[in-house]
Amino acid sequence: MNEPWIFGWTLTIIGMGGTLASLWVLSLLIGLLKKLFPYDGEQAQRGR
Amino acid sequence: MLWQSVLSGLQSLLGGITQLTLAHLVMILVGCLLLYLGIQRGIEPLLFVPIGFGAILVNIPLAALMEEGGFLRTLYNMGIITELFPILIFIGIGAMTDFGPLLENPKILLLGAAGQFGIFLTLLLALALGYSPLESLAIGIIGACDGPTAIYVTSNYAPHLLGSVSVAAYSYMSLVPIIQPPIMRFLTTDRERKISMHSVRKSVSRNTRVLFPILVTLFTALVAPMGVPLMGALMLGNLMKESGCVERLANTSANEIANIVTLLLGLTIGATMEASQFLNVRTLGIFALGFIAITLDTAMGVLFGKLMCFASGGTINPLIGAAGISAFPMSARVVQVVGLQYNKKSHLLMHAMGANTGGQIGSVMAAAIMLSVVRGLGLR
Repeated sequence: MNEPWIFGWTLTIIGMGGTLASLWVLSLLIGLLKKLFPYDGEQAQRGR
Repeated sequence: MLWQSVLSGLQSLLGGITQLTLAHLVMILVGCLLLYLGIQRGIEPLLFVPIGFGAILVNIPLAALMEEGGFLRTLYNMGIITELFPILIFIGIGAMTDFGPLLENPKILLLGAAGQFGIFLTLLLALALGYSPLESLAIGIIGACDGPTAIYVTSNYAPHLLGSVSVAAYSYMSLVPIIQPPIMRFLTTDRERKISMHSVRKSVSRNTRVLFPILVTLFTALVAPMGVPLMGALMLGNLMKESGCVERLANTSANEIANIVTLLLGLTIGATMEASQFLNVRTLGIFALGFIAITLDTAMGVLFGKLMCFASGGTINPLIGAAGISAFPMSARVVQVVGLQYNKKSHLLMHAMGANTGGQIGSVMAAAIMLSVVRGLGLR
């Protein structure tokens, strides 16, 4: 396998895997954020 | 003596005509075509009008607008070489985007990742067609369906392809309502298309909305620091919007700054469309690969949607996977329209909006990872 193909496959594997893994972790962190700061409907209405 | 002087004066007046070549004429026609698409057809007019006019200006012989000192060259050096224009546009996009539907259902962010797979598959195709590795990267990024990201990456790795990559990216983004529905229908069953999803309920606190952009920026800084200029700008705009305490700045970012930079960005992209750079078979290849990139993105998004549908026990309509690309909000609307064709009670819009904003983050994350890996491989 020559150099451009090594480059291409490296980027494809890390790119696809990395994007998916990063966004998965991010989705978990958002879930955590929602748990730490739950929505309080009444408070939101008072804010308005 | 007088005659000679008059003759040379006339010659200088006719210089523009004598220097005009067929290639210049073709490019001026291409510029006129972009103007026609923008003005008459309403296709991405905010970009196609300045791009088309820039393409005409730069192909006028002897005007030397892209020579050192020419005003287009000055704009190019100021905003493209420095990567300032796409970054400023991102602040505006952040200030315009409501990530609420995504925050309501964070799992949908995964669709925004799957919607970027076309970038990498197209990169491999471009390599197979003989483009250099860095050119292939720039071509693949058309699949991000995200103009500023495509411009940012291309100006980094293959500035000579900036005109063709940008025009291809914006053209195909505007064609999303035509490109996506057949792929969505082909990859889903009738039963899947009829799935009704529960309505999105309001469950996100103000604190979460304000902390979200800070969290995403810090996370990107840890995972792919090279992408922080893009993600940071996007999230700064969003933070200003969600905090509610700098309304003037958020409005200015979303309106005045975004409008001014769009004009200058369009003009400078047009300025890269010089006949010698643009008129070749490789440009046609870029357009073909760009189309494939967006097709693959849609297909991968829908297929991942099917996987999520299976994993969730049939509660997720796989059509929303098509909105995992970053063409916001067009692809979300496409999903809503196609969904309604099969189930009149199905309202997928908010879910698709969530996937669509996830696609926005996904495209920047994919570019960030790309930039960091290329740096790590020592190519740039």
